[in-house]
Amino acid sequence: MYLQNSETMTKQAPDITLKPKVTSIVKINNLNVHVGQHHILKNINLEITKNKITVLLGPSGCGKTTLLKCLNKLTDLYTELRVSGKIFIEEDDILNTQKNVPVIRQKMGLLSQLPYPLPISIYKNVAYGIKLKGVRDKKLIEYNVEKYLREVGLWNEVKDRLHNSPTSLSIGQQQRLCLARGLAVKPRIILADEPTSSLDPISSKIIENLFRKLKKNYTIILVTHVLRQAVRLADNVVFMYYGEIIEQGHSKDLFKNPKTEKLREYMLEGN
Amino acid sequence: MILRRFLFDRITETWMVTALVTILLLPLIIGIALYLKALPLFEIQNLPHLIGSSEWLPTDGKFGFWPFINSSMYVTVLSFIFAAPVCLLAGIYLTQFASKNLVRIMQPVMDILAGLPSVIYGMWGILIIVPFVGNVLAPFLNINSSGYTMLAGGIVLAVMCIPYMLNMLIEIFNTVPIGLKEASLSMGATFWQAVKHVVIRKSYPGIISAYGLGLAKAFGETLAVMMVVGNRVQITHNPFKAGYPLPALIANNYGEMLSIPMYDSALMFAALLLLVIILIINLVFRYFIYKTKTR
Ligand SMILES: Nc1ncnc2c1ncn2[C@@H]1O[C@H](COP(=O)(O)OP(=O)(O)O)[C@@H](O)[C@H]1O
Ligand SMILES: [Mg+2]
Repeated sequence: MYLQNSETMTKQAPDITLKPKVTSIVKINNLNVHVGQHHILKNINLEITKNKITVLLGPSGCGKTTLLKCLNKLTDLYTELRVSGKIFIEEDDILNTQKNVPVIRQKMGLLSQLPYPLPISIYKNVAYGIKLKGVRDKKLIEYNVEKYLREVGLWNEVKDRLHNSPTSLSIGQQQRLCLARGLAVKPRIILADEPTSSLDPISSKIIENLFRKLKKNYTIILVTHVLRQAVRLADNVVFMYYGEIIEQGHSKDLFKNPKTEKLREYMLEGN
Repeated sequence: MILRRFLFDRITETWMVTALVTILLLPLIIGIALYLKALPLFEIQNLPHLIGSSEWLPTDGKFGFWPFINSSMYVTVLSFIFAAPVCLLAGIYLTQFASKNLVRIMQPVMDILAGLPSVIYGMWGILIIVPFVGNVLAPFLNINSSGYTMLAGGIVLAVMCIPYMLNMLIEIFNTVPIGLKEASLSMGATFWQAVKHVVIRKSYPGIISAYGLGLAKAFGETLAVMMVVGNRVQITHNPFKAGYPLPALIANNYGEMLSIPMYDSALMFAALLLLVIILIINLVFRYFIYKTKTR
């Protein structure tokens, strides 16, 4: 035990001294994605800052979802996609690593366009990721399920029907359940792909407020094509168009004076 | 114009209702007709005796259907044991793991196999399966067997059911949204865990109904089984012995043995039994589906 500790200490020591405070948690270098002749993502270079909300903005079909799926390697599911380049997540080069993929994926919680509750009870949905991590202690699981359901403000709404199927919940509640089960895996990053596009305005607002609260502890990458949402939530904005990053920067500067014609157009049409 | 519209609506409506009612009533009408035709048999023997007795001596007026029911169930269960796991694994492999090209090749192959007339399966059974069972498998196990056995029937039936059930299973697995799998993977499941926890689980009701339909089809299948199963009236639980399933009884004897008194009633009763058993299989599986859906 002691030996092990000192070993890891010496291993990590140079890292800490060499690198000054790391503020970017994701670094993407020259990322390209092709399907056949179609070039979906073109030479993407991007850094994502820790504990901020980075919004990927752009019209439908510009490659936002694909970029997000590259980050947690869900692109593996689509064998027709050819992905090249480098993606560093906390210094792990995830596209060329020996590390096992589930461990990498657990660093990120996914919230998709539609809530996809697993076909098991509400309780088990949240417990699912915890159990996958190898936790067997029932008390601990119970504690965490409650903790994360509270964190997304769902506990009081579901505490009497934890063992029911999540299909009895409204879409908005299901989306919060999906957020809770993602958080239960203790990720560093939240990947959200137009998480409010299928929700009513009130549920959307709840999700948006949650994001504002969550960014203290998590890095949030939010995909949206809704300009207003980007304005409301973004710290940093990445504007994409036809597979390319056209413009990126701090939300305030970017929206105040957009440098490219494309973004100006998009902002005009969005308002 | 309006009148025409009105008449047109009325006529299509009545027509559709009639069609619907006919379809709904058809099994009932068939059942009643068979029952009426089988009625004379009930006058000489009661129902429990008809079903439970193993004495099949039509010339003496003794009709015990148990050997036929037993054979039918035996062959069907045997085929199910062979076909069900194969279909499940193949379905999962083809929808989750296989390359798209393999699926593209398999699809028409399965359609053709599902559409082949059963006599072809029967011929194939006689040419391949019967000799295999009689000359290879039985000697290997030190058993004396002609090859025309319930085992051969079960194998042929399984091969017939595989494309049918597999087609249904593939469709069922393909309806599981990919977003569900992504959700499971994103929480750290391995690919196989995602398949197990999400795809298979979500498909439970579908798997059960595919199995139910497959079983019902196997139970009623006549020709192919009849050609390889040996057709001997006996009670046995040995797969290397011949059997005589219900449908084979009807197909073999209808029109030939009718000079024997009560024989035609007996065949009608056999058909009624077949109908009722298939109905029961369907109901049982509906119940299972209902149970898994509301869980
Ligand atoms: N698996 C795939 N096969 C073929 N084309 C794809 C695939 N995934 C994405 N695309 C294409 O890539 C482009 C970007 O898609 P996507 O990332 O979903 O855009 P967005 O999320 O911005 O709407 C689209 O033109 C889409 O048709
Ligand atoms: Mg998208």
